[in-house]
Amino acid sequence: MKPRSPNIQNYRPQLTSVLSIANRITALISTVALVAFVAWLVAAASSPSAYGALYAAAVSPIGRALLVIATFAFFLHLCGGIRHLFWDALVGFELRSIYASGWVALAASIVLTAAAWLVGRHL
Amino acid sequence: MSLRVPESRVPTPSIAARARGLGSAGRGTGAWRAERVTAVALVPLTLWLVASLVALGGADRAVFLAWLGRPLRALLVILLLIAAFRHTALGLQVVIEDYVHSAAKIPLLIATHLLCFAICVAGVLATLSIALAR
Repeated sequence: MKPRSPNIQNYRPQLTSVLSIANRITALISTVALVAFVAWLVAAASSPSAYGALYAAAVSPIGRALLVIATFAFFLHLCGGIRHLFWDALVGFELRSIYASGWVALAASIVLTAAAWLVGRHL
Repeated sequence: MSLRVPESRVPTPSIAARARGLGSAGRGTGAWRAERVTAVALVPLTLWLVASLVALGGADRAVFLAWLGRPLRALLVILLLIAAFRHTALGLQVVIEDYVHSAAKIPLLIATHLLCFAICVAGVLATLSIALAR
């Protein structure tokens, strides 16, 4: 079989490549979160017992952990998506800018996730 | 060796017309563009939704129904669902086209688009039933 490019086994991870595949992985996690949001809407529209079951699942330790992961995944995909929109407009498409915006996207996702959960917990 | 394209190989207008819409005959960028347009819409919509859900915290059903029962919020949620599921379907299509090279590719693409559409309609219906019941 012909070797494929890039050869993942021999490829040194860099911020650019890691954020590139992260954009896809976070897209898939966000998809699951979006479907869960629809389940939440349908449960709310259906009955108190359906809402209660989803509510219990959401506030369980595993549920909360998954929601934190989903929040981070959403913010990283959002920040990554904004980078892509700028690149599509040929803005910030030089290696230096790509690295700078990459670190900003990563930092912003961490800060926004922490903010969402710290603010949310007090309400 | 002649560099002239044989007369029979020259695409006639009818062939060009048949290719239009099937490939990149002027419309190949449609899906690519739709993914970007929905992304632009989703930046404010998703930020608004996440901020709202954070503010709602662990809301019980009555609080959540009262929140979604307002017309503007229901409208924004419906717009978000339409943009998000279109964006999701187009994104998943690219992922499938990149990684699935077996006979499962076309059935997977069809299932992805139909499922995204169905779940989107379910969410819109639920939102409408909540908003109109208020």
